[in-house]
Amino acid sequence: MAEAITIRGVTKQYSEGAVGTLALAGVDLTVSRGEVVLMMGPSGSGKTTLLSIMGCILRPTSGQVLLEGKDVTAMNEKQLPAVRLQHIGFVFQGFNLFPTLTAGENVELSLKLKGVHRRQAKDEARSLLEQVGLGEKYDSYPSDISGGQKQRVAIARAIAGSPEVLLADEPTAALDTHTGKTIMGMMASMAHEQNRAVVIVTHDSRLAKFADRIVRLEDGRVATAA
Amino acid sequence: MPPLARRNLFHDKVRLFVTLTGIAFSVVLMVVQWGLFQGFSSSTSSLIDHSGADLWVTAKNTTYIDQAINFNERKYYQVLATPGVAQAAKFIERWSVWKEPNGRSESVAVVGYDPDVPLGQPWGMVAGDAQQVKQPNAVIVDRIYADKLAAHNIDDRAEVFGYRARVVGFTNGIRAFTTAPYVFTTFKNAQDYTGFSQDETNFVLVKAAPGVDIKKLKADLKARLPDNDVFETAEFSAMTRHYWMFTTGAGVAVLMAAVLGLVVGVAVVAQTIYATTMDHIREYGTLKAMGAPNRYVLGVIMTQAAIASAFGYAIGMTVSLFVVHGAAKGGANIVLTWQTAVMMAFLTLGMCLTAAVVSVNKIFSLDPAMVFKG
Repeated sequence: MAEAITIRGVTKQYSEGAVGTLALAGVDLTVSRGEVVLMMGPSGSGKTTLLSIMGCILRPTSGQVLLEGKDVTAMNEKQLPAVRLQHIGFVFQGFNLFPTLTAGENVELSLKLKGVHRRQAKDEARSLLEQVGLGEKYDSYPSDISGGQKQRVAIARAIAGSPEVLLADEPTAALDTHTGKTIMGMMASMAHEQNRAVVIVTHDSRLAKFADRIVRLEDGRVATAA
Repeated sequence: MPPLARRNLFHDKVRLFVTLTGIAFSVVLMVVQWGLFQGFSSSTSSLIDHSGADLWVTAKNTTYIDQAINFNERKYYQVLATPGVAQAAKFIERWSVWKEPNGRSESVAVVGYDPDVPLGQPWGMVAGDAQQVKQPNAVIVDRIYADKLAAHNIDDRAEVFGYRARVVGFTNGIRAFTTAPYVFTTFKNAQDYTGFSQDETNFVLVKAAPGVDIKKLKADLKARLPDNDVFETAEFSAMTRHYWMFTTGAGVAVLMAAVLGLVVGVAVVAQTIYATTMDHIREYGTLKAMGAPNRYVLGVIMTQAAIASAFGYAIGMTVSLFVVHGAAKGGANIVLTWQTAVMMAFLTLGMCLTAAVVSVNKIFSLDPAMVFKG
């Protein structure tokens, strides 16, 4: 399988005044296309920091991050948004949909940001919503749909434009067990059927069965990878 | 541009109401104050601007029309004898006292002109005509001041400086900058009404012959009349406006109020757009995390500001039209021209875009990693 994300010796230190906190202490990790990697670990273990670095939102203090073979740590701040836009889709714990836009417009927005023309964006957004089983909710506002439906809209938005990497931060935390499983199944199929690298941060060990690999972080280091 | 800017702006109706009220209030304040400034300014020099003259001969060191000192009317003949002068007319503008039949007095500005020469005559006649002042003791006043002068009809009578006066015509819209209305009459009557001696005037108005270089004629007249000043009409108008608007403080006060309107507008709009931005801060964080470039986010906020400015301007101008109309009935002279309307549109847009800068700075410095914090 092709390597989508390669992390080499990444450290991240947060500075608050004279005090420094080491959030990541030399992490090495590779995520390939077509696999689902579950990142688990106690609070403060560095899961979200590592996810942010993988997503080119945070820059590591040291080490190297390769995305589809390109060294993103060598890029400047102005280049990184374009990398995120073209190669990475995000799914958030709180869905982070735009409440004043309909479900369809939320997906359209992602496509338009990627330069897709308005009419084509509309067609693709409809198709993506159908893919997550929400074709009939195109004109519904987020406030009018359930939590599970919101997360499915968020997934449709995340895969709009076909990014190679899908990063999810606690995507089932705000959902009931049954809906959570549906969402996880959907994300696993995004990896297996559409050849994406999917990285999911979670506390919920019941989701382990959806993972191809589980990475446990403790004190900013990879404790076990299975 | 996706509908995000418009949707976010119209999502919170109460906040939108506050924003539009702030902008509209600011527009009304600026339009009214600027209109008052223009109205004041144009009324100070209206006699000059409507005179039809090319040049004004005044006493030495005259700085504005209402301050002119008398000089001997022989100068009038010297002017007439100057090559290049097509027409000349003696002209008086001087304060005096109007006494109504019931004994009540009002200050007035007597304007004396030669009815046989088309220079310095009243304009905007709505009853009678400028030639009728040739009748004995005849005067023309403006409808705006009919109540103030108790002169509502043709043939109404009064006294000016102890001499009889009879209304033979009305103008409409000739406002005086001061509280003293203009009373138009013949030059000869004006000498009586103002206490001038029979050989005095305080202006000579000059019309140049066709094709004559005004600047050269001005220089020739100055050479011929070394004890007088000679001004081009536009120059004398500007001097008069400058005196009243900037040396008395009247104009500065009005201008300051207009600037205050602008400042209030910027403050209100900045505060409301900032509050709207903060309400949607997580969405902007999401946009940045998704990879939206700063110029896209800038576009969203600036579009909001532009939409708000368009609606606020429309409301503000509508209210201003009512204010201007109402003020005209009440005697205030607020000038609202299409040029002012266009200027206000750009000013309102500039005000709103400037106000949005605070929000833009906030968004530009936003850490997209905030989206992972809860």
